[in-house]
Amino acid sequence: MELLVASAVGLMTAVGVYLLLQQRTFPIIIGLTLLSYAVNVFLFSAGRLAVNLPPVISDASAYTDPLPQALVLTAIVISFGMTALIVVLALRSFLETENDTADIPGEDLAPEAEADR
Amino acid sequence: MTHWIIAPAILPALTAALLILVRRRDIRMQRIVSVTATLALLGIALFLYSLSSDGEPRVYRVGAWPAPFGIVLVLDRLSATMLLLAAALALAILIYAVAGWDERGRHFHALFQFQLLGLNGAFLTGDIFNLFVFFEVMLIASYGLMLHGGGARRLGAGFQYVAINLVASALFLIAIGLIYGITGTLNMADLAVKVPHVAAGNEALLRTGALLLFLVFAIKAAFVPLHWWLPGTYSAASAPVAALFAIMTKVGAYAIIRVYGTIFGADAGALAGVAIPWILPAALATLLIGAIGLLASRSLLDLASFNIIASMGTLLIAIGLFDVDGLTTALYYLVHSTLTGAALFLIVDLIATRRIEKGDALVPGHPISQAPILGALFFLTALAAVGLPPLSGFIGKLLVLDAAYESPQSNLIWIFVLGASFMMTIAFARAGSIVFWNTEGRLTGPTWATAPVYPIVVVALFICAIALLSIFAGPAIEAFHATAMQTLAPADYIDAVLGAENIMPSTGH
Repeated sequence: MELLVASAVGLMTAVGVYLLLQQRTFPIIIGLTLLSYAVNVFLFSAGRLAVNLPPVISDASAYTDPLPQALVLTAIVISFGMTALIVVLALRSFLETENDTADIPGEDLAPEAEADR
Repeated sequence: MTHWIIAPAILPALTAALLILVRRRDIRMQRIVSVTATLALLGIALFLYSLSSDGEPRVYRVGAWPAPFGIVLVLDRLSATMLLLAAALALAILIYAVAGWDERGRHFHALFQFQLLGLNGAFLTGDIFNLFVFFEVMLIASYGLMLHGGGARRLGAGFQYVAINLVASALFLIAIGLIYGITGTLNMADLAVKVPHVAAGNEALLRTGALLLFLVFAIKAAFVPLHWWLPGTYSAASAPVAALFAIMTKVGAYAIIRVYGTIFGADAGALAGVAIPWILPAALATLLIGAIGLLASRSLLDLASFNIIASMGTLLIAIGLFDVDGLTTALYYLVHSTLTGAALFLIVDLIATRRIEKGDALVPGHPISQAPILGALFFLTALAAVGLPPLSGFIGKLLVLDAAYESPQSNLIWIFVLGASFMMTIAFARAGSIVFWNTEGRLTGPTWATAPVYPIVVVALFICAIALLSIFAGPAIEAFHATAMQTLAPADYIDAVLGAENIMPSTGH
């Protein structure tokens, strides 16, 4: 269980970071999404991994920590909203510049050249 | 328990919702509601500041749940100072934006209020996870504001800004997970009690969490080498938004002071001052890169952006000392650099709108109308930013040099601060002389008759505030001294949040 969760977090983080370092917006967004998945799984392990235990204090002798589940839920909602926003942003940027690299348009242009045109 | 403590979070939230739901096409109504609400917020912030000035931290328990189980908001001198600064800055910027910037895109006022909600929440919260949530609220609103006005350049810069902040959010959550996994709590006061008692075997993990958290705040505060998102973002944003963003980097500085003063402070056992060795080198590098960036600026917006980075460098040097004198200086410089940074963006906007052909590019152009008054405002702001007498930048830098006098690295700090001031003087002198003196041809842009006067008045108000901060430096420094003392001695804070009888040492899980 520990090995499975740890390697899943590690693999998703590695792939996420690799994709983040790409030039185009689409791989970057996928990378950010994978990174947020890795974080969500990681947050579960903060409450210690437990199988088949209720997330409430009850008559049962053991319980699993409910707080990380609440944290994960909040993190999922936020990262979902953020992903939607960045997809729209990348799309708008692509439609305006017909270019899907993650550069700032016109950045390399010297202001003199820009002003002279 | 006074309910006013939660008002700085509730008022902008309700105002923003109201602005979205009711008469959203009626810009006049939007302006009236937004300015009135921000004025009320300033009143509340003033009241809370006077409340906090007796030196007793006040706690608001949301839903009356006892800490550490419920969410708490804490009002102490530090949070009250930040609230007051944010409210005053926001009101001035909002009045500036009403002159026309707010019409260039949709929902400016609603996003502005959401931004205030995030800022105020981040200053008040006494819980690390809530700090994350309020950071996100602040960032989501800032994404919208940053894109305000549209255009390909803003979209490209906006994508980078959102991407870097999403990475920072992921790191924030990993740090929170690590800290919660070790200590079993996220309440700052509870953490301050539990961190010294962490088992030796768990110490390395907690240290990793604490340093990851530092990395997140360093991204927000634009520490070199994590600063590169700032110039692109700030120079692409519209002027009032960039001016409001002047306080966003300070939120990172505030979080560093709060977290590493309260949780990992002097009493934190093996983890005391865990991030402090990293602050000073990064701060010196930030100051140097900021000064070099100022010299290399090709436009006035670059100049204003790198001024933020250079001022963060000076501010972080003072924070890096992490003693009472250092923190007093840091707070004084924080207020000064927020006002100066914001004022510079607004002046650059005034100049750029008058130089119709060249805009903000640092190249010779036509003379501009109203040049004497704009030149005077630019000159005064530059004096404050560089740190020449008589304005508050001089007092701030003097305090930094004085506070660093006892530090083992005092030579290095003196050389960097004075050298950077010299470079900044050259950069501002160059920019000012190109824009105002190296001109030819006829006047362009709006004339005295057609240009609205009151944006200039708003900028003049900023200068007045900076002048007041210089004239009343004595009382201000006394107040900041008390704030620093309170922040570095978190026992009262912990007692207020947990109640003296509730403190139980624990080793976590």
